[in-house]
Amino acid sequence: MRDPHSPSSRVAEAARGLVDDWAADRRVFDVPWDKAMMWLFILSDVFIFACFLVGYMALRIAATDPWPDASEVFALSLGGEPIPLLLIAIMTFVLISSSGTMALAVKFAHEGKRRLTAWLLWLTALLGLVFLGMQVFEWAKLIEDGVRPWGNPWGAAQFGASFFLITGFHGTHVTFGVLFIVIMAVKVMRGSLADRRPGFLTGRRGRYAMVESLGLYWHFVDLVWVFIFAFFYLW
Amino acid sequence: MAESRGPAVAEEMELVHPKTFLGKYIWSQDAKVIAIQYGLTATAIGLVALALSILIRLQLGFPGSFSLIDPSSYLQYVTMHGMIMVVYLLTAFLLGAFGNYLIPLMIGARDMAFPFLNMLSYWFYLASVLILVASFFVPGGPTGGGWTLYPPQVISPGTPGVGGGILLMLVSLIVFIAGFTMGGLNYVVTVLQARTRGMTLMRLPLTVWGIFMATVMALLAFPALLVAVLMLLCDMLLGTSFFMPEMLNLGEQAGHEGGSPLLYQHLFWFFGHPEVYIVALPAFGIVSDVLACHARKNIFGYRMMVWALILIGVLSFVVWAHHMFVSGMNPYFGFLFATTTLIIAVPTAIKVYNWVLTLWRGNIRLTVPMLFAIGFLFTFVNGGLSGLFLGNVTVDVPLSDTYFVVGHFHMVMAVAPVLVIYAGLYHWYPKVSGRMFHQGMAKWHFWLTFLGTYVVYFPMHFMGFAGVPRRYYAYGETAFIPDSVITLNMVITLAAIVVAAAQLLFLFNMAWSLRHGKPAGANPWGATTLEWQTPHTPPRHGNFGDELPVVYRWAYDYSVPGAAEDFLPQNQPPEAVRSADDAAAKGPDGGREAP
Repeated sequence: MRDPHSPSSRVAEAARGLVDDWAADRRVFDVPWDKAMMWLFILSDVFIFACFLVGYMALRIAATDPWPDASEVFALSLGGEPIPLLLIAIMTFVLISSSGTMALAVKFAHEGKRRLTAWLLWLTALLGLVFLGMQVFEWAKLIEDGVRPWGNPWGAAQFGASFFLITGFHGTHVTFGVLFIVIMAVKVMRGSLADRRPGFLTGRRGRYAMVESLGLYWHFVDLVWVFIFAFFYLW
Repeated sequence: MAESRGPAVAEEMELVHPKTFLGKYIWSQDAKVIAIQYGLTATAIGLVALALSILIRLQLGFPGSFSLIDPSSYLQYVTMHGMIMVVYLLTAFLLGAFGNYLIPLMIGARDMAFPFLNMLSYWFYLASVLILVASFFVPGGPTGGGWTLYPPQVISPGTPGVGGGILLMLVSLIVFIAGFTMGGLNYVVTVLQARTRGMTLMRLPLTVWGIFMATVMALLAFPALLVAVLMLLCDMLLGTSFFMPEMLNLGEQAGHEGGSPLLYQHLFWFFGHPEVYIVALPAFGIVSDVLACHARKNIFGYRMMVWALILIGVLSFVVWAHHMFVSGMNPYFGFLFATTTLIIAVPTAIKVYNWVLTLWRGNIRLTVPMLFAIGFLFTFVNGGLSGLFLGNVTVDVPLSDTYFVVGHFHMVMAVAPVLVIYAGLYHWYPKVSGRMFHQGMAKWHFWLTFLGTYVVYFPMHFMGFAGVPRRYYAYGETAFIPDSVITLNMVITLAAIVVAAAQLLFLFNMAWSLRHGKPAGANPWGATTLEWQTPHTPPRHGNFGDELPVVYRWAYDYSVPGAAEDFLPQNQPPEAVRSADDAAAKGPDGGREAP
């Protein structure tokens, strides 16, 4: 006979209690559906970016040609003096700042301050656009320097391929993010969220929690950028 | 977490009730209609794959007799057959059709959490199927690079379908993944967040558990395929070298350098192996419910079944490289992946034992769904055991790329899930259509399919031991291939034609019974789960009429001593069956009080 007070029985009982709590009535997470789904989508997207970055690492490690030197390739000439990582530092700063404005927008959305939320969303979208503009500038400069998807003047062909594909994929995320933020800003301005008006396509009623879900996506896009930054520019 | 009183769902569904025919049946946001749309589309494309398999068999059984089939088209048939069956039929049918129909009904919800997204998911799926079909009509035909689409050959000149064929295949996969993601997010959120009152996770029918776990896995596995496909597209269109090494092809220097074909294989199989279980787990779930219902007995070891599903799901992400033992990767990897592969046999075996123990001393009714479910046990155990051979590096290396592999995976992930799909279709057909199918035709369908597939796939194991390689167009005068293989190939081909004809019988039965079947009533099998307790058969939009059901018990209260009937529906309150409930509390759930 097992002793019901032995440590192992207690652990088993605690584990069972834990499972029962998680499995309890109706819903597992105490959040709205939109938010639960955004978290799941982000988890799935994490796997996409992880596959991209792991693939990039595998290619870079396996490359037989030398890998181009990030501090030279990504340097920006200012007054005849090449300054490494200047552009990228500004880009990162802009994107991280946009996360801050987004967080404020979410806060004021919860407080029901319509105009302030809308203006912060517009500001976030603007910062996103600035980031995209600088990315276009960076791509243009690299292409001018001779970087192509199939090769570059300094070494392994995989440099250009993985750089364009992965930053391009991230840029696509930012673009869609800006698009959705603009749509959300318009909705907030019109008061669709406060009045719980049904959406044009989905028929789902507006609610301020939507701003928070969108905010999650935007923070995620920022976080991914930090990883891309580390693996492409600092490695 | 959630209080026990209050509305039956935490967040009320906002359903759009359309009035027009188009809105009700075509642009429908009702999960049940979407499920049927998924099912019909998957069946249609599945028939294409079935026809391709007959063409393959005709060539193998009677080489050179059909001028239509040349070496290139043979490879195209093999490739398209594999890809369609795995992704566009099995995945779409088990998750898209069964998932959409059963999840809201079984958990007591009115619909999926996001009906619009759900509809979009189907239209993306349809688009991906149409793009795939279009690849049959481009110059050069569909791709013939093998369903795994390995670079370099799949995009190198000399491979059939190297232009438009492979391009359309890759685009179709991207569209499929996008569509699946929309549906998959919906299924997971619905199961986690939209259950009715009393439906705890540990009271879910195993069907829902299986579909739920498979969807979670799919959401984490398809990203790897997406990345592989995007990189392959770049290699093909932009001249990058993600996967393409420097090489000579047809005597010409290809314009690539330094890519890694192995990287593609890792990415592909990081998707590909979970994909096997994405197909298998819903089948596991459905077969559990069918067995319990038609044996009039509670499922043996419910909690173990749930944990086994979860464990299989987790483990399936760390076994992928057992598909790559002969790829030239580091041999130490082989050791690691062989070990994890064999560990996965443990939870799988638990499930098989539990199914058999569910049948043990049950009141077995050999209905058509039950026959298919029992048939599944045979083919699945058979394919599972040959999987143990292939999981060991030293056994796998000589058997690699032989007919042993073909026999193995057709047994375990083709025939087994298809048998479960049939079990599920026959089991739920009365609920979906309101009518009973024709018993005689259905039994013929079962025996022809079950025995026929054994005749088709069982001999392949011996052919594999004899060293007959797979994917060959013809063997000619090959010294090591005995004459018996030639005869066997003919027999297999004839059996395959019979099996294919049996599937047409099935389709005829389904269509015929829609009009001429006997009215089935609300709950012809005496099942406990919520979908059989709906006020209307077939269930209407919104599923449960005015009031959602409240769940009082698990899904397996069959043959409870003292109860008036031999089953207690999940929404039967305890007051109605006081005496029976006391007996049940000591029984299946380990004597614990219901949570």
